Amino acid sequence: MERPLISVSGLSKYYLENMPVLKDVNFNIESGEFVAIMGHSGSGKSTLMNILGCLDTATDGHYYLEGRDTAALNSDELALLRNRLIGFVFQGFNLLPRSSILDNIGLPLLYAGKSKAERREKASIMLERVGLAQFGDRRPNQLSGGQQQRVAIARALVTDPKLILADEPTGNLDTQTGEDIMKIFQTLNEDQNITIILVTHEPDIAAHAKRLIRVVDGKIATDQPS
Amino acid sequence: MIIGALLGEGWEAMRANRMRTLLTMLGMVFGVGAVIMMLAIGQGAQLMVNESIASMGSNLFIVLSGSTSSGGLRQGSGTVPTLTLADAQAISELPEIAAVAPSFPNNAQLIYASNNWSTQVSGTTPAFLEVREWPVISGEAFSDNDVRSATRVLLMGQTVVRNLFGDENPVGKTVRVKNSPFLVLGILASKGQSLDGRDQDDTVFVPITTAQRQLFGNQFPGMVRFIMVKAKSAEVMERAERSMNELLKVRHRIRPGQEDDFSVRNLTAVAQAAAGTTKAMSTMLGAIASVSLLVGGIGIMNIMLVSVTERTREIGIRMAIGARKRDILLQFLFEAVMISLAGSFIGVVVGIACAYFFSRFNDALVVVTLSSVLLAFGVAVAVGVFFGFYPARKAADLKPIEALRFQ
Repeated sequence: MERPLISVSGLSKYYLENMPVLKDVNFNIESGEFVAIMGHSGSGKSTLMNILGCLDTATDGHYYLEGRDTAALNSDELALLRNRLIGFVFQGFNLLPRSSILDNIGLPLLYAGKSKAERREKASIMLERVGLAQFGDRRPNQLSGGQQQRVAIARALVTDPKLILADEPTGNLDTQTGEDIMKIFQTLNEDQNITIILVTHEPDIAAHAKRLIRVVDGKIATDQPS
Repeated sequence: MIIGALLGEGWEAMRANRMRTLLTMLGMVFGVGAVIMMLAIGQGAQLMVNESIASMGSNLFIVLSGSTSSGGLRQGSGTVPTLTLADAQAISELPEIAAVAPSFPNNAQLIYASNNWSTQVSGTTPAFLEVREWPVISGEAFSDNDVRSATRVLLMGQTVVRNLFGDENPVGKTVRVKNSPFLVLGILASKGQSLDGRDQDDTVFVPITTAQRQLFGNQFPGMVRFIMVKAKSAEVMERAERSMNELLKVRHRIRPGQEDDFSVRNLTAVAQAAAGTTKAMSTMLGAIASVSLLVGGIGIMNIMLVSVTERTREIGIRMAIGARKRDILLQFLFEAVMISLAGSFIGVVVGIACAYFFSRFNDALVVVTLSSVLLAFGVAVAVGVFFGFYPARKAADLKPIEALRFQ
C-alpha cells in the first residue's frame, strides 16, 4: 500500500502544563482525500490545522508529511515544505493589502526563486482559473470578500501543491458565496486530485467533504466518511 | 534572483509608506550632509595652509640676528647688526645648503607717473628666487653682476604692479624709489597670502648692495637683516641647522656658555606644525559630524522596529507561504539600507550645496573631495546595515503561527 500523505500518531500539544489542547491524536490521510475537521471553538481543531500546516509544532508525538518526520526538520526545511507542498486558505484571506492581486498570487513563487516574468505569467493563469482575470492590477481591498477568497485560493494553488489547508474558508462570507468557494474546492479535489483538509464548525460546509473528523476537547471523537 | 525580488519588496514597502520613509531619511540626510560639509571646510582650511607652505618654498631656514645685552639692557632679536654678507657667503659653502639669500628689507615710496605706492623694498641676491621658489613671469631677474655693481634695477610683485601700473606692462619702465630712478627688470609670479595672512605680492626686490649703499644707507657695511637658507633636501634639515649654528658660533666668536647673537629657525617645521593643527581641526569636525550620522542610524532602527511590529501579520503571511528566515531578514535589511542609501544621496547633495553657500558668505575655501563623499556614503550604508540588522533579525525570528495570529 502507498505511504499516506499525512500520518499523525500520538500527537499532543500543550501550551501550559496539564492543559492539553490536543491529546494523543492519531489518523492518516491519503493523497486525494477531502477531509473536514469539525469542532467547537476551543476544541483544538485550529491548533491541529496549524501543526498539519507546519506553522506550529507538536509537543509530543509524530507528524509525518510524505513520510518525513516534521519534528526533525529545521525552520528553513519547514518553510520549503510550506512553499512547495502546502497551500493555505485562511478565514481572513490574509492577502498583503499593499500589493496588487497578481503580486499577491505570485508571492509564493518569489520565495521559490522564480523570475518576475514567470511569477506574473503563472499568477495570471491562476487568476483566470478562479474567474477574476480582469482584476489583476487591483488591490485586495478593492475586491469583495468572496473575490478575495478566490484570490487566496489562486495563491494557494500557484505552486501546484499536493495539499490545501483551509481554515474556516467560508467563515467571513455569506452563505451563497461560501457555497461557491466550496464548489471550487470540490472541483480541485475531484478534477486535480488535490488533497484538501478543511476546518469548519458549520455542518453544511463540512458536508462537502468526503470524510469527517470531529474533534472534542483535544481528542478525536469520531472519524467517518460523510 | 531572489535577492533582486527581495530588493523589490523592500522598495515597495518604502513606496507604500512615503511619509515615514522620508522622515526616516531625514536623519541620514542631515548626518551625511554635516559630515560632507565639515570635511569640506576642514579640507579647505588644510588646502589654504598647504598652499601658503608651498608658496613659502620648501626646506627653508631663516637666520636672524639675535638679541644681545649691553650693560644689562637686552635688545630684541634682529636689532643687532651681527649678520653680514660674508656670513651668507660662508653658509652657502656648507655641503647641506642648496641656496642662500641675504635680505635687507625696508619700506619706501614708489612713484610711477601720477601713481605712488608705499611698499616693502627688499635688497637681496638672485639666489633669493631659488630659495623662495619664486619664478619671474615677465622680463628677467637681476644678476650677480647687478649685485656686484649695485645697479638700480628691481623686480616687482603683482600687487605693486597693479597699484602703480594698472594694465600697463611695467617691464622696461622706470619708477622712482626714494627719488632715485630704477629700471623695472621683471615681474614676479603671484604668491598670494602667507601663513600669517600677509600679501606676499606687495613687495619689490632690488640688488642687496643697491639697498645697502644707495637706498637706505647703512652704518655697518655689509650688514643684512636676515638670511634665507634652503637646504638640499628634507632629510638634511637637521644636519644643516647644526652646521649653521656651529659655523656662525665660530664666525661670531661666541664663547661656550655665552648667548648666541643669532638664531636659526626652521620655517618648514613651523609650517608643518600649522598644517598639523588644521588637519587635527578637520578631523575633529568630521568626528563631531559623524555623531549625527549615528543619531540618524538610531532613527532608522526606531522606525524599522515600529515597522516590524506593524507588519507582523504580513511577516506571518510571508512565512506561511514559504519565506525562510533569511528571506525576511534580507527584505527588512534591504529596506533599511535603501533608506540610508537614499538618505545619504540626498545628504551628499545637501552637504555640497551647504558647503558652497558657506564658502560664498564666509570667504573661506571649501573643498569637497571624492574621498569624503565616498567616506560619508560608506559610513551611512554601514550605519544602515548595523542599525537595520536588529529589527530585521527580530522580524526573521518571529514564529510563523504567532506572527499570523498577531492582530
